[in-house]
Amino acid sequence: MSLRDLTAAEQVAALAAGKVTSLELVDAHLAAVASDEVGAFLAVDPDRARARAREIDALPERPPLGGVPIGIKDALSTRDLVTTAGSRMLEGFRPVYTATCVQRLEDAGAIVVGKTNMDEFAMGSSTENSAYHPTRNPWDHTRVPGGSSGGSAAAVAQRQVPWSLGSDTGGSIRQPAALCGIVGMKPTYGAISRYGLIAFASSLDQVGPFARTVRDAALLLRHMVGRDPMDSTSLDMPEAIALPVASDLRGLRVGVVDELMGEGVEPGVRDAVGYALRMVEALGGTVVPVSLPTTPLGLATYYVLAPAECSSNLARFDGVRYGPVVDDDTLLDQYERTRGELFGPEVRRRIMLGTFALASGYYDQYYGRAQRVRTLIVREFSAAFDQVDLLASPTSPTVAFPLGARTADPYSMYLADVCTIPVSLAGLPAISIPCGLSGGLPVGLQLAGPAFSENRLLGAAHALEQALAFDTLPPGLVT
Amino acid sequence: MIDDSTVHHVARLARLRLAPDEEHVMGEELSGILEHIDVIRGMDVEGVPPTTHVIALENVLRPDEPRPGLSRDDALREARHVVDDGFGVPRMD
Amino acid sequence: MSAYEPVIGVEIHVQLSTRTKMFCGCELSFGDPPNTHTCPVCLAHPGVLPVVNEEAVRRALLIGVALGCEVAPRSIFHRKNYFYPDLPKAYQISQFDIPICGRGEFIAIRDDGSEIRVGITRAHLEEDAAKLTHAGGRRVGAAGSVVDFNRGGTPLVEIVTEPDLRSASDAAVFLRQLRQTLLFLGVSDCSMEEGSMRADANVSIRPVGADQFGTKTELKNMNSFRFLERGIDAEIARQTAILGSGGQVTQETVHFEPETGAITSLRSKEESHDYRYFPEPDLVPLAPDPSWVAELRAGLPELPLPLRRRMVDEMGLTTEDAEVLTDSPALVAYFMEVAAAVDPKAAANWIRGELRAQLREAGQDPWESTVTPARMAALVGLVESGAVSVPAAKEVLAEVISSGTEPADVVEAKGLGQISDEDELAAIVAEIVAANPVQAQQLRDGKDKVIGFFVGKAMAQTGGRADPQAVQRLVRAAVLGQ
Ligand SMILES: [Zn+2]
Repeated sequence: MSLRDLTAAEQVAALAAGKVTSLELVDAHLAAVASDEVGAFLAVDPDRARARAREIDALPERPPLGGVPIGIKDALSTRDLVTTAGSRMLEGFRPVYTATCVQRLEDAGAIVVGKTNMDEFAMGSSTENSAYHPTRNPWDHTRVPGGSSGGSAAAVAQRQVPWSLGSDTGGSIRQPAALCGIVGMKPTYGAISRYGLIAFASSLDQVGPFARTVRDAALLLRHMVGRDPMDSTSLDMPEAIALPVASDLRGLRVGVVDELMGEGVEPGVRDAVGYALRMVEALGGTVVPVSLPTTPLGLATYYVLAPAECSSNLARFDGVRYGPVVDDDTLLDQYERTRGELFGPEVRRRIMLGTFALASGYYDQYYGRAQRVRTLIVREFSAAFDQVDLLASPTSPTVAFPLGARTADPYSMYLADVCTIPVSLAGLPAISIPCGLSGGLPVGLQLAGPAFSENRLLGAAHALEQALAFDTLPPGLVT
Repeated sequence: MIDDSTVHHVARLARLRLAPDEEHVMGEELSGILEHIDVIRGMDVEGVPPTTHVIALENVLRPDEPRPGLSRDDALREARHVVDDGFGVPRMD
Repeated sequence: MSAYEPVIGVEIHVQLSTRTKMFCGCELSFGDPPNTHTCPVCLAHPGVLPVVNEEAVRRALLIGVALGCEVAPRSIFHRKNYFYPDLPKAYQISQFDIPICGRGEFIAIRDDGSEIRVGITRAHLEEDAAKLTHAGGRRVGAAGSVVDFNRGGTPLVEIVTEPDLRSASDAAVFLRQLRQTLLFLGVSDCSMEEGSMRADANVSIRPVGADQFGTKTELKNMNSFRFLERGIDAEIARQTAILGSGGQVTQETVHFEPETGAITSLRSKEESHDYRYFPEPDLVPLAPDPSWVAELRAGLPELPLPLRRRMVDEMGLTTEDAEVLTDSPALVAYFMEVAAAVDPKAAANWIRGELRAQLREAGQDPWESTVTPARMAALVGLVESGAVSVPAAKEVLAEVISSGTEPADVVEAKGLGQISDEDELAAIVAEIVAANPVQAQQLRDGKDKVIGFFVGKAMAQTGGRADPQAVQRLVRAAVLGQ
């Protein structure tokens, strides 16, 4: 058994017991990062990681995360470590500051080994929109890992790192976690500081963990949450994140969202989710159908709000203060060429869509209206949680699709997030855990809870995970 | 639905240079996406307030106390055109 | 010829003199080397977020309360999107449909005492742009520019008035008095020259008696009250000429050239703006606690206009006294302290006159000089009681300024106490008259002005200790036998 087969919690325990050093762990993982058969990484800093490991190994007392390596989505700012958000627009960009959540993890003893691949500016569901290279699904190298945090998901599935950070705007953690057969969680909006997360859609963006176990996800989450004076929309959790221990689901009421189980969901996915729901009952929980009639409008609502916010958030990329520039004689030419040539096609499309939705004469029809539909969706979730403790659905309507299968039709790509988007619009916490295979490819179960119900969610996911006993090792992977 | 001149206008607002043939393709793609989005235009949202934030926070304020910022070298280090200790931009006409 | 009536509204941008910027902890500075007061937030690096400066909110509320504005129970920030190198995020965080301060009113007073009532439309919080230095000239046609972000993100309050002003001079009076009010609130330095207060005017004209407004132009960024007044007059004249010759005014932004007095179009070929305002998702609403607002209202300082009225009506000052003494809050405080101890009118005369004249040479303001209000009051008291003459008091003042000694001690040390013994003074006068027969004859011949000559001699001989009134009387008695 390789060191890479240890979960993060096991690595922390081994470090604490003196069975292994941080440097040994970092080196074992760096070797896998260096070979990078799935193209999960964009930037690696072995020297820095090893230096940090030596420092931690020399400490009289190990910090809580002990010196365990981690991968960070390239959407998070890391001081002096090239951060591109998967875009040519930031090629070679070395940030002058570190994101709050990354800083908190480093302070707790996590060691950043590198930055993971992603769809450009987190826009996409396959990581094929990375300006640098696609990432392959560790379960089938001809297929996508999902996105936009595909690099972070693949790196964990491939056991290049025991855990990683992603960001989720409409499903960018949960969907790739599902497609790569691992755990991915999007916390309640506001639970983790967004300071240092390169903004896509500010009212939806949240950072969250990828791991092979729910427990690891909880451990990582525990060290990131809490109010940050640099983020006005961050707040403290009502209680600390606990490491889940539940082994049954007695008394838990799980609602299955009708609208997310029907048309468009692959039979194999429906079967695996059905199996997980029967397991919920076997563990003592009750499963009831729930209807959220406005959720089918979630996708349309999202594709107004997110592009609108992105059109504004991405306006700062003009080549003046950082990043490459396409030089021209006049300011207008330089702006238009820099942005026209350095943003990729999907980013340009979303900026155009968002600019249009906010433009004079269209605002009320699109942006204003979408914000109101969002209110209806928020209300429906709130009402549902009067009846049930958690909501369940597939994370993704399909398993991992082949590379290139959806690149020609933007809307077909958007459909990949149809199950995750409604939860994002409501700002609620949700976790995806692997619940079986369909055609040899992983299927994810999405569980969502009320705001700040992370502990309940993690507890239930953990109990279910134990019962499902999904093997996260992709076929053929030799560690 | 989105004609070439609208695409051109929006691209200018967004400071995105699109080649003329790209403009047309973009218009078709956006029209295609808008067809799907148009379902929200049929929703009755009369009297429903807009949601800007899903969290009910108010008055998040910072005390008026200075915090250390960047050295000038750090401020300028990622810029491609530094002129007179500032960020250089071309003429604006 | 003027069958047209001007209609003018103004927009005033006031930089708040807080310690830090609107949305980050960078210290505000003036005149420091470029790009030495920046951070990732005000440079709009990827991933940064704004956090509202509490003191900026307090000052915006203070302005609102002072202008009688309705304070919004819940206001929000919006993004105003446009590309310009001095705007690093390519959007300005501002307020749009729900500003922190809504409708209010400001009453300015013309020189003749009549009122100018100006409706305040709103006052809202926003951030200032950075400084753009054009390498080859100020505007269109420049070769290239350099951006300095030191100023970028300075808190601004934008005050917008209703189109209630009807002349350029009224606009100037309004702005001067508004500026003074803001100075009294202590919210801003309000320096037009340094750009901490900037005014734009919306100008249109319409036939006298018409209900509808004409097409307005926006006259941008005039950096002094004088230019503002001249600029508005020039724009009124330009519009009058256009309409008079049957033309039409185009809605545009114009610029006044102080050197030539000409109005030029600023951005004629610029595309129409579409700012795509939408609620700023990175900030949460402002909902000022009503008790906070009440506290600010209760703690408002006495503002210049009511204060002037009180100075004239209750303290016996002239309108001019009141205007001079309300020039700054510090001067008001100084005067009030002196006036509490002695006759306010005498205090006003001394402070406005001799004190300011003598301090001007030292380049000092009264409140920062060695002449504390207590010393000033003591000196005025000595004059009022007849203990020292006015000329002697001026000498005492000079000594107080240079040495910081108490006035009574100076009088004693220099023997400047007024000669109160009538006989002693009469003897001195007799001596002077005898020594100057020519001047005595002139006085007898009716050249009354020559009396000053004798007073001067007497003052010189007594080292200023003689009471000039008494000397005059004694000279007349000695020469004319009156
Ligand atoms: Zn700053």
